[in-house]
Amino acid sequence: MKLGFLVDLNLCMGCKGCEVACKVENEVPLSTWRLRVKYIDIGTFPDTSRSFTPLRCNHCESAPCERICPVSALHYLENGIVNIDNSRCIGCAGCMMACPYGAIYMDPETNTADKCTYCAHRVESGMMPACVVVCPVQANIFGDIEDDTSHISHYIMEHQGAVQVRKPEKNTQPKHYYVGGGTQALDPLAQERLEGYGLFNNVTHLKAIGDPHHSVLDRFLAPFESEEKYDNRSFIDFDNKEYKSELTEGDN
Amino acid sequence: MENTIHATQAIVTLDVALPGIIWGWMITLNMWAKSIGTGVILVGAFLLYRHKKEEMPNLRWVMPLIAFVALNVFLLFTLVDLHQPYRMINIFLHPNWTSAITVGAWMASLFTGLITLMMLIGGLDAFPEFRRNCNMAKKVRGMSPLYEKFFPFVVFLAIPVTLYTAIIMAEASARELWQAPAEVMQMMWAALLAGSSALILVSGKWSKETRKDLALVLAVATFFSFMMYMGEYFFSFKSAEAEATLAFVHSGGAYNVEFWFGMVLGFIVPFFIAVGHMKSENKTLLKFAALMALIGLYMAKDVWLKIPQLLNLS
Repeated sequence: MKLGFLVDLNLCMGCKGCEVACKVENEVPLSTWRLRVKYIDIGTFPDTSRSFTPLRCNHCESAPCERICPVSALHYLENGIVNIDNSRCIGCAGCMMACPYGAIYMDPETNTADKCTYCAHRVESGMMPACVVVCPVQANIFGDIEDDTSHISHYIMEHQGAVQVRKPEKNTQPKHYYVGGGTQALDPLAQERLEGYGLFNNVTHLKAIGDPHHSVLDRFLAPFESEEKYDNRSFIDFDNKEYKSELTEGDN
Repeated sequence: MENTIHATQAIVTLDVALPGIIWGWMITLNMWAKSIGTGVILVGAFLLYRHKKEEMPNLRWVMPLIAFVALNVFLLFTLVDLHQPYRMINIFLHPNWTSAITVGAWMASLFTGLITLMMLIGGLDAFPEFRRNCNMAKKVRGMSPLYEKFFPFVVFLAIPVTLYTAIIMAEASARELWQAPAEVMQMMWAALLAGSSALILVSGKWSKETRKDLALVLAVATFFSFMMYMGEYFFSFKSAEAEATLAFVHSGGAYNVEFWFGMVLGFIVPFFIAVGHMKSENKTLLKFAALMALIGLYMAKDVWLKIPQLLNLS
């Protein structure tokens, strides 16, 4: 059994339902993502088009992240999923440096690496990944690529010649396929990413890797400190005072 | 925007915030300190092969002492850079042997252990009055013959300890600028450069001939390091991502100034001073060159570590 993923970009309408479902299912903290949908505008006005590209871990058969992980926190499951064991992760960020798809992040709450696992916990129980279930146009197709009768295998065979993977030259043998995507949608070098320019938000870079309030000293003191009230809001630039006063009032 | 962006070019209009530099100055410091730690052993071995011990009276304890300090800086910043430092122990409890980080950590730990022993033996032998009645010191002094027995193995081990970081960079397959063959050679030249520079700084009472040899090693190391950086900086890697990284720096992007400061301070100036020293000795100037080389090496390593991380991967 080898589980794979296929996204038909001709169907994807950029609703970001998959992104939200993933966040909720896996409790992905703010400032990080396991699955994101990128909007790319192509062409010159008035001849323009917009493409939507969902991006997640490619669950490579020859995964550089698994190879570089010094403690095997990243490991293969029998079904081909590249899984991660956060309790073993030392937070060296080697996997983040190795993944050619930028699919791994440093969880700001646990300060360990994390990524899409194809919802391995759901798959184990016979369910589909959250992003597949929620997609209103069935653009996300998930299944066993070694089973010739599976939906994904049929889809790949029906679209032969139009099935692509990201960065095939890296020889990572990704198990995540795209149908209907051009170079401009799949190759980051074929897109311009202008800092501060965006449609609904400003395209930006993160200011910190992992928890911004986790200084070098905190990393050593953390095990000896009592557990504080943690909320995701502290990781973004909201005025947190209001929330803190709410908490205080609630306590009273 | 439609007037300034070429019609065929695509623009990202909605996206999440991406990570910037993941491995920062702590990793630069880590690599720089390791270059000194292994370099002094390699260059020290070269000096012992070429000259009599009497020409370098304090080498036996100064060499492992410098290596010990540098390796501890290296290990400290390796640990501090981890987001979960206490879990470092997992590298020894749950090692993944395909990872150069694991192999390197094991080798570096063994290397540091041997260097610590050599430093203790060398130091206690050099200062026989120090802790004369201490039982532990007596035991260590009793192990004195081990120093010479260990040394060839330590020199041999210094080579993979120098080079394993290049393999980590090669395994970081998302960063195409780091090509294994080039990085392997860069690490080796960096070790020779840093080792000769560190020993130059403590070579005040050594013979003229040993300093001449140190100047020779410094000149050769700076020359080849500079040549390699120039080759990597200006000429094609024939890889799209490496080209994109270099094009950004060439166009005056971030780290351009730091890179050229590193090249001039770290390689060009020390090279000419070291070559000049071989003709007519000037101890002060040679020490100045050594200091410059160490500063320049840090800057060059810092730039080379950071620039490929500026490229968006997805």
